[in-house]
Amino acid sequence: MKFPDLSMSNPIRLRDLIRQIRSAKTAAEERAVVQKECAYIRDSFRDEDNTWRCRNVAKLLYVSLLGYPAHFGQLECLKLIASTRFTDKRIGYLGAMLLLDERQDIHVLITNSLKNDLNHSNQYIAGLALCALGSICSPEMSRDLGGEVEKLMKSSNPYLKKKAVLCAVRIIRKVPEQFDVFQNSIRSLLSEKNHGVLLTATALIIEMCKQNSQALQIFRKLVPNLVRILKNLIMSGYSPEHDVSGISDPFLQVHLLRLMRILGRNDIEASETMNDILAQVSTNTENSKNVGNAILYETVLTIMDIKSESGLRVLAVNILGRFLLNNDKNIRYVALNTLLRVVHADHNAVQRHRATIVECLKDADVSIKRRAMELCFALINSNNIRTMITEMLTFLGTCEPEFKADCTSNMFLAMERFSPSKRWHVDQMIKVLTTAGNSVRDDIVSSLIGIISSAPDLHGYTAYQLFKIIRNDITQQPLVQVALWTLGEFGDLFVSEQYQHTDDQENIQVSEEEIVNILEKILNWSISTVITREYAINALMKLSTRFPSCSDQIQSVMTVYACNMNLELQTRAVEYTALFTKHNPIRSSIVQRMPVLVSTQTSNTNNEETTYEQEDSSSTNGISSVTQNEPVEDLFKILDEPSHTNGSNNLNSHNNIFDLLNSDDQQINTSSTPLEDILFDDNLPKSQSNNNFTSSIPSMNVIDKNGLCVTFQFEKQDQLLLIHLQATNSTQTPIKNFTFKAAVPKTFTLELLPPTSTTIPSNNTGDIRQIIKISNPNKEKLRMRIKINYSYNDSQMNDEAELNSFPQQCYN
Amino acid sequence: MIQFILLFSRQGKLRLQKWYTSQTDKSKKKITREIIAAVLSRKPKMSSFLEWKDLKVVYKRYASLYFCCAIEQDDNELLTLETIHRYVELLDKYFGSVCELDIIFNFEKAYFIFDEFILGGEVQETSKKSVLKAVNDQDVIQEEELEEKRSVLEDLGLA
Repeated sequence: MKFPDLSMSNPIRLRDLIRQIRSAKTAAEERAVVQKECAYIRDSFRDEDNTWRCRNVAKLLYVSLLGYPAHFGQLECLKLIASTRFTDKRIGYLGAMLLLDERQDIHVLITNSLKNDLNHSNQYIAGLALCALGSICSPEMSRDLGGEVEKLMKSSNPYLKKKAVLCAVRIIRKVPEQFDVFQNSIRSLLSEKNHGVLLTATALIIEMCKQNSQALQIFRKLVPNLVRILKNLIMSGYSPEHDVSGISDPFLQVHLLRLMRILGRNDIEASETMNDILAQVSTNTENSKNVGNAILYETVLTIMDIKSESGLRVLAVNILGRFLLNNDKNIRYVALNTLLRVVHADHNAVQRHRATIVECLKDADVSIKRRAMELCFALINSNNIRTMITEMLTFLGTCEPEFKADCTSNMFLAMERFSPSKRWHVDQMIKVLTTAGNSVRDDIVSSLIGIISSAPDLHGYTAYQLFKIIRNDITQQPLVQVALWTLGEFGDLFVSEQYQHTDDQENIQVSEEEIVNILEKILNWSISTVITREYAINALMKLSTRFPSCSDQIQSVMTVYACNMNLELQTRAVEYTALFTKHNPIRSSIVQRMPVLVSTQTSNTNNEETTYEQEDSSSTNGISSVTQNEPVEDLFKILDEPSHTNGSNNLNSHNNIFDLLNSDDQQINTSSTPLEDILFDDNLPKSQSNNNFTSSIPSMNVIDKNGLCVTFQFEKQDQLLLIHLQATNSTQTPIKNFTFKAAVPKTFTLELLPPTSTTIPSNNTGDIRQIIKISNPNKEKLRMRIKINYSYNDSQMNDEAELNSFPQQCYN
Repeated sequence: MIQFILLFSRQGKLRLQKWYTSQTDKSKKKITREIIAAVLSRKPKMSSFLEWKDLKVVYKRYASLYFCCAIEQDDNELLTLETIHRYVELLDKYFGSVCELDIIFNFEKAYFIFDEFILGGEVQETSKKSVLKAVNDQDVIQEEELEEKRSVLEDLGLA
């Protein structure tokens, strides 16, 4: 006789297990409880015990929520699903949704049970099956069961219908070809009264349109139906079942608006049909609570995306403006986000809200601040540049470190574009560098040096200002680097008072020794980075000729550094020491003042590359990792907008410059220096003759390096600008395989005629000539990037430059 | 579409999770950890929206529980707040003044309610009444079955 196994009592109930786990005092205790129970459960699964399977699986689901492994329960879920009891199925399907996913092979096994349950007479069982299918189906299951789902979509029971429709959404996501199976049922779904069915049908249409442009054509015909449904929703009286704070079924309203957006995009007819209802929703929706604002938000997104009339767009921007004043920070966030998307298209409308946007810079939320910052930069123009830069400087002083790099880069770009005067520009940039400390990007230093160099009348002034700052503080590397370069080049100007003082300057007498001492201090300071010290050593060298009295001091510094551990510093110091001794006669000509730099024409092409090509995401923390365009990138898109805001802005011109560089369509612009701008009179007559190259527009030296000299001469012919390129070679060896490439912003058109040859003979005995035709219908400022390749002495050479300062006559 | 939804306490303990994309267990755990850390470190003055990878995370705190929803870029964040609120209302109606303990001890019921409200990451029913009716009807079926089982066991003298 077999005695009943008294130790094998009923398994503990779910709540008792939960209570036990929660009363565990330590993690170890909890683990012990869980492991003991799991062991028991595993045993009972092995014993194929039907009675308590349901309870055991439920317990397993609980511990899996706590993070413990529960995969051994997967098969049990399948058995529960196959059971006839509703209780079992309910837990079984839940378990399947939580423990199985399409990666497991095991989950295909539920396909058969699903098929049976989908056809069950009890709607709740069919509902469970549909729910599981909609949550975890794989492509194979989708193909197997698609037909069943479609059948249920036609059921008269709205409970099953809506679930089947959402299943269909998932199925076509997994297997887009199934689209054909479902598309015929759509139209009838939209004529249902049941909100659940309408809502899910809208979701299905949205998914279909996302996948398939053919669907767009088909469903555009439904726009009047959608308008009608939406209209009924907002006009109908109070319906308690679907009401949320006085608004009738906001979920459905938002879905309809979203579908309308997809259908109205790029289609004028559909957009026109929607105009009225959009206006109605915008004006009638109650905006005191979040739910109303959610609808208004969706409406604004729709208006902005379709081909709506301008009055409606202004209405939308005004709604966003009102959002900005809302106390609810979520609404402010959403408004800023949306404004950022529309600022290019509706620039003037957004400008009206500039003051509010600037206020948002002071918000406590980091994401709001970031968006406000991006928006501010998008709104800067020549009218508001001064006030905006002041605001941004204040912001820069108080913002989080992750913003500083982007902020400074953007400020730099904005000032480059719009600054009213060079002096203001230089002043502001110095302030920026002082405020931003070490978070400034490297290319800003070289760009600023370019700017300083290009303003000769400000050389002394700038040197003086920078000297005053570094006299007190040498911790900020970018600022110090700029200061070092400037003092090295122009330090002698303000010492000997060869520049204009303005009235508010105190005339401090600065001696040459003082300057040299500061430079030496920076050089010797351990906190200075290697780059800074390289700048310092160069600057000192330059000053050795400008300040002859300090020449000995400088020479001894060089001798000391000739033994420095850092290779670069040592190399330079050794070379410079040689300049003092063996090559003393040529020292003054070597370190002579540099000619004015033409824009950012440096040989360090890598630096430029990082400025203009895809900016890698600034390394912000995980929380505020921005998925939107970098502000710098956005600003580049703006840079190519014409100054009169017409609608046909191409936002990708800067990136396209590089596309063009890689193709064979090459054109070259020339630019003259600002000095020549000042010197030449605008009223000179323009010559029209083709052979006469002495036009009124000054010619320009583009490249003068390693013996290769390229010049551009301009000629205006009606609306076209002709550039005559001439390349000569003063070396002993001919230059072969010479090719020019160039790219301009998209609003220009370029035509490059074939060159006369690809070889430049040596010793200036011949040249290459090439003609470039540029048309500039928008009369924008010319900019161009050029690239040359050639072989010289059997080695491949190449060079690149960015040309920004073309003579005004080129494009006026 | 909602990609996943997480409910967790202020101590970072997970109370409910529903995933509508296919992920390995390991990756689910990692994502959960990251999101919980990110949300718990938010200050009260901040907005309810986080950017996380290529998704938007919408969260709201109700008493001691954080409700966190990850949506796609083209979803409406403000509406998602309403969705979360609707779910809380449903729980409240079902449990009668719901608190965290209700969800802990009746997690499977919380899931059942959720599955009648949202399917495949999309809202399926906007009428509170309909959702609760469906859940209640199914509860009744379960109870009837339990009655049946109990009476069978009693007949056999095993109850």
